[in-house]
Amino acid sequence: MTEFATQTTTDGALHLILDGPMTIYNAGDIKAQLMGALNTSSILEIDLSHVGEMDTAGFQLLVMAKRESQRLGHTLRIVAHSQPVRDVIDFYNMDAFFGDPMIIPAEH
Amino acid sequence: MEEIVSVFAQEAREQLTAMEDGLLRMEQGDHDAETINAIFRAAHTIKGASGVVEIHHIEKFTHILENLLDKLRNGELQISSEMITALLMGCDHIGALLDRVDQGMMDEDPEQKQKGEASADALRAFTSGGGTTESKSGMVEPSVATVERTGGDQAISDCWHISIRFGRDVLRMGMEPLAFLRYLLNLGEIAHLATLCDAMPQAEDMDPESCYLGFEITLRSHASKEQIENVFSFCRDECDLYILPPNSKMDDYLGLIERLPEESLRLGEILVRSGALTQEELDQGLRRQKAAAKIAEATEQPSPQLGDILVERKMVQPEIVEAAAAKQKQVAEKKTAEARLIRVQADKLDQLIDLVGELVIAGASANLLAQKSGQGTLVEATSVLSRLVENIRDSALQLRMVQIGETFNRFNRVVRDVSKELNKDIDLVISGAETELDKSVVEKIGDPLMHLVRNALDHGIEPAEVRAANGKPVKGRVELNAFHDSGSIVIEVVDDGGGLKADRIQAKAIEKGLIQPGQTLSEQEIVNLIFEAGFSTMEKVSNLSGRGVGMDVVRRNIQALRGQVDVRTEVGVGSRFIIRLPLTLAIIDGFLTSVGDASYVIPLDSVVECLELRDDDTRGHMLNLRGEVLPFIRLREFFDVEGERPQRENVVVISASGHKAGIVVDQLLGEFQTVIKPLGSLFKHLRGIGGSTILGTGEVALILDVAALTQLAGQTEERRQLPGGYHAPALESH
Repeated sequence: MTEFATQTTTDGALHLILDGPMTIYNAGDIKAQLMGALNTSSILEIDLSHVGEMDTAGFQLLVMAKRESQRLGHTLRIVAHSQPVRDVIDFYNMDAFFGDPMIIPAEH
Repeated sequence: MEEIVSVFAQEAREQLTAMEDGLLRMEQGDHDAETINAIFRAAHTIKGASGVVEIHHIEKFTHILENLLDKLRNGELQISSEMITALLMGCDHIGALLDRVDQGMMDEDPEQKQKGEASADALRAFTSGGGTTESKSGMVEPSVATVERTGGDQAISDCWHISIRFGRDVLRMGMEPLAFLRYLLNLGEIAHLATLCDAMPQAEDMDPESCYLGFEITLRSHASKEQIENVFSFCRDECDLYILPPNSKMDDYLGLIERLPEESLRLGEILVRSGALTQEELDQGLRRQKAAAKIAEATEQPSPQLGDILVERKMVQPEIVEAAAAKQKQVAEKKTAEARLIRVQADKLDQLIDLVGELVIAGASANLLAQKSGQGTLVEATSVLSRLVENIRDSALQLRMVQIGETFNRFNRVVRDVSKELNKDIDLVISGAETELDKSVVEKIGDPLMHLVRNALDHGIEPAEVRAANGKPVKGRVELNAFHDSGSIVIEVVDDGGGLKADRIQAKAIEKGLIQPGQTLSEQEIVNLIFEAGFSTMEKVSNLSGRGVGMDVVRRNIQALRGQVDVRTEVGVGSRFIIRLPLTLAIIDGFLTSVGDASYVIPLDSVVECLELRDDDTRGHMLNLRGEVLPFIRLREFFDVEGERPQRENVVVISASGHKAGIVVDQLLGEFQTVIKPLGSLFKHLRGIGGSTILGTGEVALILDVAALTQLAGQTEERRQLPGGYHAPALESH
């Protein structure tokens, strides 16, 4: 299942690393983690570089987290995307919504 | 009958009226997309509702009707006059089916079934390939104009527009929106995709396994509509899907705006959702609006509307903004209208008015007692109370008031059908449709109006050749007007036809023995002869009018409503029939009289004059009214009122349907506004009494039935008239 690891960076942001799939099968779990992280720190950085699989349920959770952080007046950054995550956000044409720079690998 | 079925029948009838109205408007050249949409929606509602109450033959028939309407709506067929006739026949058939439902029969009558088949065949003829020939039948092809208009459109692209909202359970059912959408790539290129997350609730309420997403997709593809739809076939039942064809003209965007769910939306959102505007364009527009608002604030000018800015920046066509604004308004109006209208059964309303009547009586007696008691505070309290009761009475009577428009609108169809039948081109112009009058009057005025309108169409408006020869516009014009005039309502039926010819009426009246050849009559008196029984001047008897029944029936019906009908006419210019009716049947002006301790009210408009019966001589039941023989009834005898006759008696001369009679009473008490209360069924057979009312003292007064009394007076007189034994008592006029 998906592993969660958190660490606090030097500028006080909470760094959340998700390792594993973000799908309907563990959506409830991920939601709880995201909500917890959102309430812990006013700056949340999410590292999705180890997310091997993402479906619409997973994508919705990102949207939820982003909207919730906006509502709370917090900052949410997605600092690293894996290819599957990038594909989904790209396809849904939501890059602008998240506003995070997506690093385009050199081979593209 | 089950209540649900009766509600269905009632609502289906309302939808049917809406359909008919729309069809008639279309025939008069209304090519508005909204009109055909409204007709389609009405048909669709009837179909759906008949399915729910399981009246399947109505459902089946409406389905055929709906098919044709759908083709019209999508622009696959052009509307033609024949098509409208077929559709109207279809409406009539549904009406007939509903009549049967009203009678409590849920099955289909075999005879009706046959008629229905014929009507259905006529409709099917248009849907099955008849369309191409139909479009030739003289109707303008609107595509020419549309192409011209859409020439510079920026909102129009060469792409399919797919609008999809996934259902909540899609993910749980193991379906993945991504997969469906990615499959679209097999059909073509996704030029633009917008993800809508508006449906997602706040984080704590959000169910991670529900799907809240919707998409607006622009797809560049050569696939057919079916192919695209098939992509979503697995989740078709779980989502809202609209697919607009490429080159979709503005009409399609307008249609999409129309079909958006009825929720409060901002104008921009509506436009973006319909695809007429991109989000970027909207954001740009909103930024501009904000900036402009700041300037406006500084210069104290009204800040500009988003729609204006978008149109000005050429981001969207004014027509689309208008439609979106209309949608916005419609949503708001629907909400308020839903809150404002309550369906109430008529008998409940009558019961309320009865109760208010009781309240008035109880209030009056309380008032009287308070005054007798001499306590100032009590008098004050009761007078406040009685003022409130009066207000309640007025509001309660107001509840029964309905607009006459619905009655008027029925005539659109009549004029259309009759003018087709007579091969005349006639316009119906309605004014004052919002004029209100008592529901019971509205119900009863329909038939007389029908006679007058048919007469105007048949006899009034001349054939086109005659009109052209007389230098009049070929198109005839019939007007229906309604307005309030000093406590009564006036309804006019006006035509611009040939007018009534006095000499012909006179000749006919002499022939029928209505007047004597030597009689001198004013022009107006001659014209009024058309209201006499058995009068018709049209040489040719058509199946519309001209059977000699009509005008006299009209006058009788209107008089039964305590109204009057008059005619003004000018040869070659037209005629104007003026109907004057009381606002309500519940209140009349009465003339209060008394016999002994009892009070009687005579409807004031039937009173001709009042006299004193000077001589006590009553050997006959006739008196001499300035040389005229007048039968009379002495109420004291007629109602067996106890007590001695007073020294001086009075005669009230009344007139009803052309006959006069005298009513002998003790005292004349003057005019009196009377709230009519019907008598219980126990007194149904009582002759001479039309109802009752309550006086301020709380006493009951009986309202005399003038028509019955004049008749009775005549009969009594005939029975009593013994050979030679009679001389009229001398009279003195007041």
